Amino acid sequence: MDRQIRRLGIAFVALFAVLFAQVAYVQVVAADRIAAEPANAPREIKAEYAVERGQILAANRTTVLAESKPNQDPASAYKYLRDYPTGELWGQLTGYYSRIYGRTGLEQAMNPYLSGTAPEFATQNLTDIILGRPKRGGTVITTLVPRVQATARKALGSHQGAVVAVDPSNGDILAMYSNPGFDPNTLSSGSDQQIEKAWQSLISDPEKPLVSHAFQDLYLPGSTFKTITASAALENNWPPTKTWKNPHHLELPQTDTHIENFGDELCAGGASEVTMEEAFAESCNVTFAEIGMALGADKMTAQAQAYGLCRIAPVEGEAAPCLNDTIPFILPWETGRFPEASYFDNNEPALARSSIGLDNDLLNPLHIALIASAIANGGTLYDPRLVTEVRDATTGQPITTFDPKDYGHPLTSTSAAELRQMMVGVVEHGTATLAQIPGVTVAGKTGTSANLHGPPNAWFTAFAPAGPSQTATIAVGVIVLDGGYLGNEATGGQVAAPIAKQVIESYLRQG
Amino acid sequence: MSAVAATTERTRRVRTRTGLTATIVAVIASVLAFALQGLGLNDKVPAGLVVYGVAFAVLALGGWYAVRRLARDADPVLYPTAVLLGGLGLAMLFRLMGARNHPEFATEQAVWLAIGLGVLVATLALVRDVRQLDAYTYTIGLAGVALLLLPIVPGIGTEINGARLWINLGFITFQPAEAGRILIVIFLASYLGQRRELLAAGVGRFGLPRAKDLGPILLAWGASLLVLFLERDMGASLLLFGVFIVMLWVATGRWAYLVLGLVLFAIGAYVGYLAFSHVQVRVDAWLHAMDPNKVADEGYQLSQGWFALASGGMVGTGLGLGSPTLIPYVGSDFILAAFGEELGMLGVAAVLLLYLVVVGRGLRIAVERHDNFEKLLAVGVTTVLGLQVFVIAAGVLRLIPLTGVPLPLVSYGGTSRVASAVAIALLLRTSAGPYFRKRRMRTTTKEADTQVDV
Repeated sequence: MDRQIRRLGIAFVALFAVLFAQVAYVQVVAADRIAAEPANAPREIKAEYAVERGQILAANRTTVLAESKPNQDPASAYKYLRDYPTGELWGQLTGYYSRIYGRTGLEQAMNPYLSGTAPEFATQNLTDIILGRPKRGGTVITTLVPRVQATARKALGSHQGAVVAVDPSNGDILAMYSNPGFDPNTLSSGSDQQIEKAWQSLISDPEKPLVSHAFQDLYLPGSTFKTITASAALENNWPPTKTWKNPHHLELPQTDTHIENFGDELCAGGASEVTMEEAFAESCNVTFAEIGMALGADKMTAQAQAYGLCRIAPVEGEAAPCLNDTIPFILPWETGRFPEASYFDNNEPALARSSIGLDNDLLNPLHIALIASAIANGGTLYDPRLVTEVRDATTGQPITTFDPKDYGHPLTSTSAAELRQMMVGVVEHGTATLAQIPGVTVAGKTGTSANLHGPPNAWFTAFAPAGPSQTATIAVGVIVLDGGYLGNEATGGQVAAPIAKQVIESYLRQG
Repeated sequence: MSAVAATTERTRRVRTRTGLTATIVAVIASVLAFALQGLGLNDKVPAGLVVYGVAFAVLALGGWYAVRRLARDADPVLYPTAVLLGGLGLAMLFRLMGARNHPEFATEQAVWLAIGLGVLVATLALVRDVRQLDAYTYTIGLAGVALLLLPIVPGIGTEINGARLWINLGFITFQPAEAGRILIVIFLASYLGQRRELLAAGVGRFGLPRAKDLGPILLAWGASLLVLFLERDMGASLLLFGVFIVMLWVATGRWAYLVLGLVLFAIGAYVGYLAFSHVQVRVDAWLHAMDPNKVADEGYQLSQGWFALASGGMVGTGLGLGSPTLIPYVGSDFILAAFGEELGMLGVAAVLLLYLVVVGRGLRIAVERHDNFEKLLAVGVTTVLGLQVFVIAAGVLRLIPLTGVPLPLVSYGGTSRVASAVAIALLLRTSAGPYFRKRRMRTTTKEADTQVDV
């Protein structure tokens, strides 16, 4: 019998060896593949909610945009809840962190850092295990300035639109607000039913509060685009003082249509010729259509691309997809668009319209603010930066930093200085006198673009201080949709410029 | 004589020291696991830690002392291993039930573990010599079959999750199959111990047993199928037949029985598959647990078990820090997956190794005893435990279709705990030999020593 008993022992060892092999397979060899199955999402989300997710802080490192708070409900499966102390003010930037609808915004873009799973946390996590400290996600420090954001919201008031403020010296986003926004708390905490209800009302809202007008949508830029046409002219060594014919209407070749100035007015009082700087200050369409056609499609498309507008093959009635990658940003965004050169072959009227921000040109407040920043800083186009660094929540030690990056040099410093002077003229005696700030030189450019659905969209882009030897510290891009408070009578100078003024003032006053 | 006596005394001292040290280690590890699960779950040491620790230590060490008194030469490793398995299981149950806000279920299991300890000691006290049991071959056998079939009796039998293996006596619900299995093992050890030569000698054509010797194996097969058909309990059926075949083979040494057993098992399994939709569902779930259209449905429990194991990885999330409560019946059938998620591959390997220690010690006892009944009893009890661990672990790991049997000593379940305690007690008693005989021998030894010394 003993022989059988020993054999039985060997059989048991063999059976258990099979178990060990399978354990090693499921838990180590194939573990990553199995754990990544979509059906395992509830476990992954629960694990995420068990970690104290990192804070998202403003540039001052004290204002909290998002943080995790211990769940007061002991019966809940989730240990922490995500809290956004100022509700909708930062909603479109932080995004939401929802156990049902996932993550967006910085919550998504910075998730590996906020949840503490990024490779940079390896040593920290090990230390935490050894010291028995609970695992905490990293603190994300943004470039955002709360008082500028608050001013932007207040200045927009009840009007749909968006405001972006950028630091021209490095591309840091100081503020980026779009109205209507949404409160991410409604998607992050509460019962599943409450979250589902909040989601339904957000996605069925015709004003699309989940989409930021500041960087996730595109609009005809109108006259703000003249900054790009003027850049191309200056780069082509046509000085601001160069004079251009000044007809009442510019008859377009190949068709019987013409281009007229805003409100069908006479530019420069109807003089037979006008300088580029004067035409810029008064925003004469006729002149800039002439300039664009004189430059030709190649130079215009090259300048637009240098400013980071992507090439498109225009499609009737919608924003065509980009044919090339352009300015990178941490959040998913829409870069400006300009048709590829071949689109203008034998199509002079399109080139004329494209030179004044019509036809298939598209921009948004973030992109125009980046363009204004490049002009303001002497010709360097920076990638927009929203996060400067991530720090360890427990020790405060930096974990990773994000340095400013330049995208390119769309214009020389000479051209930039000339264009800056032209933009100062816009505010001092042109279309944007409402943007004047006592004691501060402001440079700007207005825009008023037709809107298929109703009153025009009012644009303004600006930077300050803009004196000859001054370094600009803030550049802004503003859009007010559907004419704001003026409706059909709206212009960029009247509706958008005062908003930019308030935002710049709020930054310079205490900056 | 004196040399032998001295060796015995030294061996006893070493055994005492080993057993006590191992028991203390088991107590520390168990209480530590209890503290850690509270820390992981609620960020604080559980409120009842001191009471729990003291109670656990007193009971475990008290149990060790009782075992030493009642079965002095018992295997020193078995008891501490059982304590550690029970303690780890209890800590995990407190963690699982705590997360579900029903800590009282875990407390209930703690009481059952204490009852199990009491039953272990009582068994050792009552059964002074295992060979006493050899005298009641058929009484025990009948009692075992009766317990096995009790759930079929209308009125007291209760069906839970499609299997009719519970009986409800109003004040208490339990699974008589657990107890019945032990009685049947005792019966088989007795029966086969007496008949082994007969069964081994009888060889017909092709090395097969003669038709008249096939009776017992066909009977066992029939009983297993009956359990499967009437109670729809695949696990119990499999264990019953498995332990019978193993004991028959060990007793006779004839491979033919093993082969025949496997053939009969295959037939039974195939017939069971054809006859029962719930068997088909189990097989289908086993094969297709991860299919996208089944992963949240038939395959949910198995896929969640795999997800738990995979999420645990090498070292696990730490006690109280995973999400094992996503697995249905995680406290009973799937407790191994909970260990896998929170203690990782190393934790699962440790738990399985503890069982392998039990199996190893059990078979060693079988080899060391000289009486056929004692040998077969140790083999049977060990096989029941080892096979049960394999069946549920392999089921959770998706090596075989899942059959719901508890992980002995670890899983949720009062009956299972008590039955496992009896099994451990029988192994302890077998290894220690008869109580009264030892006592007499000790007296003689002392006299002998005195005589030699003088």
